[in-house]
Amino acid sequence: MALAAEAGSEVRHPLTPLRYRVVGKRRETEDTVTLSLLPVDRPIALTRPGQFNMLTGFGVGEIAISISNDPAAEEPLEHTIRAVGAVSSALCQTPPEGVIGVRGPFGTDWGVAELSQTDTIVVAGGIGLAPLRGAIRALLERRRPSGKGHLLSVVVGARNPSQLLFEEEMLAWQRAGAHLQVTVDTARPGWSGPVGVVTDQLARVPADFSNAVALVCGPEVMIRYTARALVDLGMPRDHIRISLERNMQCGVGLCGHCQLGPWLTCRDGPVFTYDLRAEGILASPHR
Amino acid sequence: MADQFPQPGDDRGAAAGAARIVDGAGLDAVIRGLRGRGYRTVGPAVRDRAISLAEISGVADLPRGWHDSQSPGSYRLTRGTDREIFGWAVGADSVKRQLLPPREVVWRAGASDRLPREEGPAESVPLALVGVRPCEVAALRILDRVLGGGQVADPRYAARRQDLFVCTVECGSPASTCFCTSMGTGPGAESGFDLAITEILEDEEPRYLVRVGSDRGAMVLNEVESRPATPQDEAARQEVLDRAESQMGLRLVTDGLPELLERNLEHPRWDQVASRCLSCGNCTQVCPTCFCVSVEDTTDLGGTVERRRRWASCFEVGHSYIHGGPVRPTTRSRYRQWATHKLGTWHAQFGTSGCVGCGRCIAWCPVGIDLREEVSAIRAGDGLRAAGPRSGGG
Repeated sequence: MALAAEAGSEVRHPLTPLRYRVVGKRRETEDTVTLSLLPVDRPIALTRPGQFNMLTGFGVGEIAISISNDPAAEEPLEHTIRAVGAVSSALCQTPPEGVIGVRGPFGTDWGVAELSQTDTIVVAGGIGLAPLRGAIRALLERRRPSGKGHLLSVVVGARNPSQLLFEEEMLAWQRAGAHLQVTVDTARPGWSGPVGVVTDQLARVPADFSNAVALVCGPEVMIRYTARALVDLGMPRDHIRISLERNMQCGVGLCGHCQLGPWLTCRDGPVFTYDLRAEGILASPHR
Repeated sequence: MADQFPQPGDDRGAAAGAARIVDGAGLDAVIRGLRGRGYRTVGPAVRDRAISLAEISGVADLPRGWHDSQSPGSYRLTRGTDREIFGWAVGADSVKRQLLPPREVVWRAGASDRLPREEGPAESVPLALVGVRPCEVAALRILDRVLGGGQVADPRYAARRQDLFVCTVECGSPASTCFCTSMGTGPGAESGFDLAITEILEDEEPRYLVRVGSDRGAMVLNEVESRPATPQDEAARQEVLDRAESQMGLRLVTDGLPELLERNLEHPRWDQVASRCLSCGNCTQVCPTCFCVSVEDTTDLGGTVERRRRWASCFEVGHSYIHGGPVRPTTRSRYRQWATHKLGTWHAQFGTSGCVGCGRCIAWCPVGIDLREEVSAIRAGDGLRAAGPRSGGG
């Protein structure tokens, strides 16, 4: 007879989630929502910005979603999810008070704790702003006590204005001292900002690139071009941190889906340093 | 890297003694002795015209007189009238299935409470593997690192592994597909076993030289009628191993292999092999170290949710799926991933090659792709690049 272990018991299978209740749900764009989550039984360990959790839509499946706030500073847990497949759609459709599963935290983080004395350039493309939101908040929070601190520059790109995430909040970041540049691939009536890719914006960032650190997240092609552009602007490779996406099914290096050259993305990433090896791996298609 | 699992052979000092000789009845007594100690004994048996691993209760269940003939894309069993029990190389089945089952329910959650309740492994009986080859023992060592050597271990693998008794049989009958000598995993067994047996065929009735690798192994062997091995017996064992080495098929040259593969990702051979590869994933299923699994959730009509873990393959299109499509959409990219991971990047991830040289991927490939030939073609054309630009899509 099979042994059954209660979910609350000590030894848990790494694929067993904890139950979390949706205590808040905010629509960000047409297809993207932010879920606020509180534990039903007990919480997962502290998730740092850049890390991800595995979220279960019960009976539908499980996907990796980065944390989109900074749980060290604020409850509840927030995950910003774009409905693109069956699981992400199910998660986005979870009603308030609904229960989802959460496993985590997994992977490497942005390392914002070391960045309070450094000019930081955050570059985000599309939904890639979500994993960076917690880092931006943490960086703004850390700067506050000293009044004006080092530069925090936020460069955001989206396909069109209606796809922009956290619009209100971006203005708050600006008020709190962040230097903000927003660009879209395709403008709409009423858009007065720049049109084009994020790399076009980088030269206008008022930073000393040789001393600044960059946090980059977005589609892989955007990451590739952004990292190259930053290097061209004088940023040392090891100052560039990128967040990569691969299929993740376990989060703990046991399922093999997130292979990327020498890396298991869930274990060795998702945040990597853009060193020469990383540049080479990204330059090779279909890896 | 420290291995988390007890490696039989580590405590060799306490257990090691001179090798012993048993006859067929003694071998039978070893199996029965293991069963008497509460082990479920699993060993080679003929199933579906192939050597598979099945529950055995004595020597009568072992494949006496059966021999295999293997070549790229081909595996055939024939039966002789001889008394040899271990006169074959390896079948499609490997130790992987015993320790990492192809399908497993992880937990179920009720329709209303959504509380995941784990379904523990059904078998709480310790397992004894009898008659597995040294290349299989090497595969266990690799799986130990992959599934038990990281920050998070697979708890079910670990539980099965913890109690596992390994009685290996050294290889006297390699197939043309075998290349364990290239990978340093055979044909003899040096460690990682409780008992290691060599079948010696000098007389009509085989005799078995048994070496002890652990205290557990010593205890089992002590209960069996045996005599000390003589220098002649030791020489006969060496002859078995020497003959096996000389019968080995093509070599796979491993010098600088990870670096060779890493600098040849655009080699034209990948296109060439992709024109033959069916992307069926047979190689990954028969490989004793391919550990990829998928996690699948389902709901039954009553609303009960179930999470299952099943064997997966990097040859599945969906294996690398991220939003927008698979990272590796072509057979070229998937074969390249499999081969470069197995022989190359596995080292970076787990500190060892992922290949033990068992040759299963060669014999069970429906179109007979020979990994050794693919590697030597890349080595021969080191630095060649396929003509034409490739799309830079992620």
